[in-house]
Amino acid sequence: MSGLGIETRGLVKSYGKTRVLGGVDLSVPRGSVYALLGGNGAGKTTTIRILSTLSRADAGEVRVAGFDVLRERHEVRRAISLTGQYAALDEAQTGAENLRMMGRLSGLSRQAARARAAELLGRFALTEPARRQAGTYSGGMRRRLDLAASLVGRPQVIFLDEPTTGLDLPSRQGMWEVVTGLAADGVTIFLTTQNLEEADRLADRIAVLDGGRLVAEGTAAELKKRVAGQRLDLRLRDAAAFAELTRRLDGGASFADPAALTVGVPTDGDAASVRALLDSLDPDRSLVADFAVHGASLDDVFLALTGHAKGELAHA
Amino acid sequence: MPDTLTMTGRSLRLTARKPDALITALMLPVLIMIVFVYLFGGAVDIGTRYVTYVVPGVLVLCAITGSSATAITVCQDMTGGIIDRFRSMDVSGLKIVGGHVAGSLMRNIGSTILLFAVAVGIGFRPHASVAGFAGAIGVLLLFVLAVSWLCASLGLLVTSVEAANSANFLMFIAYASSAFAPVRTMPWWLRGFAGNQPITPVTETIRGLLLGQPVGARIWVAVAWCGGILIVSAAASAVLFSRRTA
Repeated sequence: MSGLGIETRGLVKSYGKTRVLGGVDLSVPRGSVYALLGGNGAGKTTTIRILSTLSRADAGEVRVAGFDVLRERHEVRRAISLTGQYAALDEAQTGAENLRMMGRLSGLSRQAARARAAELLGRFALTEPARRQAGTYSGGMRRRLDLAASLVGRPQVIFLDEPTTGLDLPSRQGMWEVVTGLAADGVTIFLTTQNLEEADRLADRIAVLDGGRLVAEGTAAELKKRVAGQRLDLRLRDAAAFAELTRRLDGGASFADPAALTVGVPTDGDAASVRALLDSLDPDRSLVADFAVHGASLDDVFLALTGHAKGELAHA
Repeated sequence: MPDTLTMTGRSLRLTARKPDALITALMLPVLIMIVFVYLFGGAVDIGTRYVTYVVPGVLVLCAITGSSATAITVCQDMTGGIIDRFRSMDVSGLKIVGGHVAGSLMRNIGSTILLFAVAVGIGFRPHASVAGFAGAIGVLLLFVLAVSWLCASLGLLVTSVEAANSANFLMFIAYASSAFAPVRTMPWWLRGFAGNQPITPVTETIRGLLLGQPVGARIWVAVAWCGGILIVSAAASAVLFSRRTA
């Protein structure tokens, strides 16, 4: 128990007649980065709200930082921080005022709150706009301020609900660096994401949530091993060839990118089976322009585990 | 306690960042007072100078409009992302909502002082002992506290800031009281309501105390009303807060 930052058993939650979580078991080692991966409506936010004491499970046990979220709610709250999908800031207060307020609410003295705010503003490259109202910040700056606010009280367990959703690429990479830096400090980080690359890049372990159930759990490498292991990417000659091949595959593709005229097909990577696959898909050798064999991405894993691709996910 | 001070400071800072809303909140009661004294006052004959009669009523009206902003600030918190952060930081609902109520109390003290200064400027002459002044201030503060908690519970009840704005309509209750005209001058069907609703004893208590007239048992009726509204609203707020955050 003491080695676990987060532990759940049989987590069940329904809203009205809709079952959102159907028995979720999680074990997150202390000091690790853990990603909960799933599409919209998979139950990610519900899970994070229960773990962070904001919502109550209908059944199941949850321990966070060693404390029970129901019986020891105050202890849990003192050990965690939550950064949700929407910036939890006062737009009319400046960046510095927001952080000082959070510091005071975390029990810091006036001076200590001031010092901690200055330190975090520096760390998140927000010293220059610190005296501006948060409402004037860009999306990336707001996320950084939001994350800084969640760190004021030096939490042991940090919850991040889709930390990079809606951010442009540079801001997203900035956020990844921040999370990597936090992980180096030894805190437990639990994040949700729809982005497989993000989970692959950041997390020590990944749990795949689909329809309120965990369909897989392990390191990125372990998850990738669970599927065929390789992927054959076919680039088609033209749009007509693309349409014809996707019709022949009939949903068996791990991804299909019409703009690049490329389709991915699971394979074990063996030369004979690649040749047989090409012959069966393109017997008169008129459709495929060229091909490449890759190690499977987490997208392929997702498809193999859930039986459906995540439409909104870019392939890694 | 330090958390409540932090939340009160936050509430005041947020107020100061909306200068247009602040100016409206300060100017509205002043303008209403000027309208009543100079436009209607000449036509009103109640045996005393109308300014003397109406200023305590305007003070009460100002307390209502000033407190009604609490519904909006509470609703903004409940519908925004920050409520999750506060809760996950273990800031209790009482402190979150209490900060807005305390902020409302502070704002009202400021706007009441301004209004009172303008009232004296246009000819209002109180004849109160120190105890009378203290009593009037005490009753007015208790009234502000009660209405602020009432508006806070309204802010917890509705789910949009637009709906929370409707707390402003509470000021019409003040018009149907003895704040601006004696109840005996009203049509018979309104007298029952106007004479027995809380604004009337509150206004008459403050008026009596400021003018050095005996208030009798009315002060206790006023205190009972305010205390009752305060207790019921605070309890309702607690229930609504836990329902909203379940």
